[in-house]
Amino acid sequence: MIASAQTPALRRFLGLLPALAVIGLFMLVPVAIMALYSFLEANPFGGIVWRFSPEAYVQFLFERDLADNLVFQSGYLIIILRSLGLAVLATILCLIVGFPIAYFIARQPARHRNIWIYLITIPFWTNQLVRTFAWIIILGRNGTIELPFRWLGILGADDTLGLMYTDFAIVIGLIYAFIPIMVLPIYASLEKLDFRLVEASADLYSSTFETFRRVIIPLAKPGIVAGSILVFIPCLGAFIQPDLLGGGKKLMLGSLVQFQFATARNWPFGAAVAMILLAFVVLCLLWYAQAARRAGAQSGALAHA
Amino acid sequence: MERKTAIDVAGVVKRFGHGPAGVVALKDVSLTIRDNEFFTLLGPSGCGKTTLLRILAGFEAVSDGAVSLYGENIAGLPANRRSVNTVFQHYALFPHMTVAENVAYGPQRLRRPAKEIAETVARMLQLVKMEKFAERRPAQLSGGQQQRVALARALAPHPKVLLLDEPLSALDLKLRQAMRAELKQLQRATGITFVFVTHDQEEALSMSDRIAVMSEGEVQQIGTPAEIYEYPANRFVASFIGDANFITAEIDGIIDGVASCRSARGLSFTLAAAPGGKPGDRVTLFLRPEKVRMEAPGDAGLAGRIQTMEYLGQSIFYQVDIGEDAPLIVAGRNRDDGGTPYKTGDRVSLIIGADALRMLAA
Amino acid sequence: MPEFRNVGEVRGLRSAAFGFMVFLYLPIAILILYSFNSGSLVMVWSGFGLNWYAKAFANADIQRAALNSLIVATVATALATVIATLAALVMTRGGPFRGRGASLAMISLPLMVPEIVTAVAMLIVFAGTGLSLGLGNVIIAHVTFCIPFAFMPIRARLEGMDTTLEQASADLYGSDWATFRYVTLPILMPGILAGAMLSFVISLDDFIITMMVAGAGSTTLPVYIYSMIRQGVTPEVNAVSSLLLLASVLLVTLYWLVTRNRDAATA
Repeated sequence: MIASAQTPALRRFLGLLPALAVIGLFMLVPVAIMALYSFLEANPFGGIVWRFSPEAYVQFLFERDLADNLVFQSGYLIIILRSLGLAVLATILCLIVGFPIAYFIARQPARHRNIWIYLITIPFWTNQLVRTFAWIIILGRNGTIELPFRWLGILGADDTLGLMYTDFAIVIGLIYAFIPIMVLPIYASLEKLDFRLVEASADLYSSTFETFRRVIIPLAKPGIVAGSILVFIPCLGAFIQPDLLGGGKKLMLGSLVQFQFATARNWPFGAAVAMILLAFVVLCLLWYAQAARRAGAQSGALAHA
Repeated sequence: MERKTAIDVAGVVKRFGHGPAGVVALKDVSLTIRDNEFFTLLGPSGCGKTTLLRILAGFEAVSDGAVSLYGENIAGLPANRRSVNTVFQHYALFPHMTVAENVAYGPQRLRRPAKEIAETVARMLQLVKMEKFAERRPAQLSGGQQQRVALARALAPHPKVLLLDEPLSALDLKLRQAMRAELKQLQRATGITFVFVTHDQEEALSMSDRIAVMSEGEVQQIGTPAEIYEYPANRFVASFIGDANFITAEIDGIIDGVASCRSARGLSFTLAAAPGGKPGDRVTLFLRPEKVRMEAPGDAGLAGRIQTMEYLGQSIFYQVDIGEDAPLIVAGRNRDDGGTPYKTGDRVSLIIGADALRMLAA
Repeated sequence: MPEFRNVGEVRGLRSAAFGFMVFLYLPIAILILYSFNSGSLVMVWSGFGLNWYAKAFANADIQRAALNSLIVATVATALATVIATLAALVMTRGGPFRGRGASLAMISLPLMVPEIVTAVAMLIVFAGTGLSLGLGNVIIAHVTFCIPFAFMPIRARLEGMDTTLEQASADLYGSDWATFRYVTLPILMPGILAGAMLSFVISLDDFIITMMVAGAGSTTLPVYIYSMIRQGVTPEVNAVSSLLLLASVLLVTLYWLVTRNRDAATA
């Protein structure tokens, strides 16, 4: 080893440099530049003009009529609200389905638990695009769900149930894509739960329902919060699901960003949408950090005992 | 004195798992626990005592047999419907609740009026001397304090029976000894039947009204501490509780209930014959180390030679070679003249009282 | 009289769990099933056939996209794993230092920022600087978001490692380098392997960021699949998708086995 690298501080610096440089240069700096772009003027032929303009943010709520007056228009607001609504809905449904599954796995014998967790993580690590595509085959016209209706003659050759290109299809796609990351943190906190506390609760006359309400769920809260945030953030910024299952008609924030950069070529507006998306993410993380700090303060008291 | 029966366990069998991989934790256990009794289940780990306790609590179902609580069959009753509460081994206090909330938990689930609950919590915390800690969380308490809260929590709903699963095992020695007296006093004060599980014989002897000694899923003996110590039913009980010498011998003859026996190496003993013993039987003779008196070599008693000595402070254990396969263990008390007049290699005479030597049922 | 119930037992949970597994795997199974459809319409079954696999394998565009995917994943994984290993060593063995928390937050940044935001941010930089290295752009992007995925298992392994082993090596006259080379690195190897496998899978599967930064000629397999889906689906999409799924499943299974043996070894 180089003699000069013997000082711990220098070693630390050299060890961290590559990671921080790569992420800094290709992630942090780009996001900062993007924040800057959102306050610049759009070049009608794509790209930007180096002149300050709040236009990109104004565009969210207003458009200019022929006389250049600002007129309220709700289109983009609706996209924000739809994104929030669908992401919240998908997160809640993931929680409702995911919690009992996590509880079930946590109660299995140790050697079975690993296999269940493996089976739940496998889809998560496979290609999201491909898995979303599978739902086109299932929900689409002539798809798997419509098949029996056609055989029975309930659905004519030209009819369709109209499942595709709906909010329903998007939510199904989001749940399918992200439910594993709801199950895993909840499982992790339930697995750590001392099962004798559940027995103590039953011993003290609690029904199973009461035990869930007063002991299991409060103690699994860190996992529930972590899982909800891990699902909510990618749902809010989802691109693949609204694009493939919403048919590009039901835009969400993620697909709006992509549309502005790839098709409309209004970079400042696209950057502004990305910044709004990022703002929601930061809010979530701040809330999470505060929740974690509160939980930490509680367990910090443990250390004093 | 005939008292009401608190718990009746009849022919209880508990199997875990199925087929050849299954384990039988309890093989046909029957016992009766009386009202207002301090009853202890004593045995080594894996003897089934905790399983039996968990069956009483309702955490495990019986594979076979019946369990009744004051005459009511409770074998099918889930844990939350049994008027039985448990003090868990590591207390299992709810970490997200304060001490007061922990204690109030049971009465709240029983939908007692708020005023009554508040009174109960105050009284229970006072009972275990924890009233100053009502607003603390369990993690802010020491082990001994957590133990007290666990007791208060389990007593708060006024159970008919209190189950205690090795509650003292996590405490250090001094605290453990202090808690013994307190537990006993608590049982007297509340009048609640206590069922106490432990592997610690001293704990069992010092607190219990009666003890059930268990081994390998079976009850070996039930009796008062003195009965168990003085008249162990078999070799397991004799060796598990206290120290014991065992001498294998054969009955030469029995006259008026007094048997004369001869050991393999030719030593002869006379003692009360075990019921059913007859001449020619091979039997085990049993002798507590503290019941042997050691004297300077003389005509009386058994001649021997001190092989090793173990100084334990309060007492001194000698291993005395008497010509048998195993040396005889003799306990001498530490005396005010500074320990022991004997040293390794000394020849001694061992005086064994007529009642000290007992014959164990085969 | 109520029936005896084990504490905390909830009825129907087992069936719910099996139902959940069906929900997770049925779509994948249907996708794979239709890849064996010999007809040209995905959703109209016209008999079993491997013809679409044959067609996919013969498709020069697919071949190039698959090759690109492999090159990107291999190079990005190698770089990300080395970078992550260095960072993990500093984080777990570097003692406390100022900026430790900030460094950790920075390394996990790619996990927290939505992919689409990362994608356009990188697009802006590559377009703005005129940086055009073809596949190089894609590789740079992949290294960036693979670092935290490689970092996590390596750090977990280092944190789980008994530090007295390293002390023992130092006690036995091992220099820092010898300790690292003969003690830390061999024990760390399963963690590094796991980190490499995760980052390979993540790179292989990435679509959004690649779509944004890939110029013509540096299309990867997922991006190609996306364009196929947009053009209208034939079972060829299913065939290519099934192969991609298979690759991910194999890698994740391998990862699982590596980390599981680690648990068994330390237990």
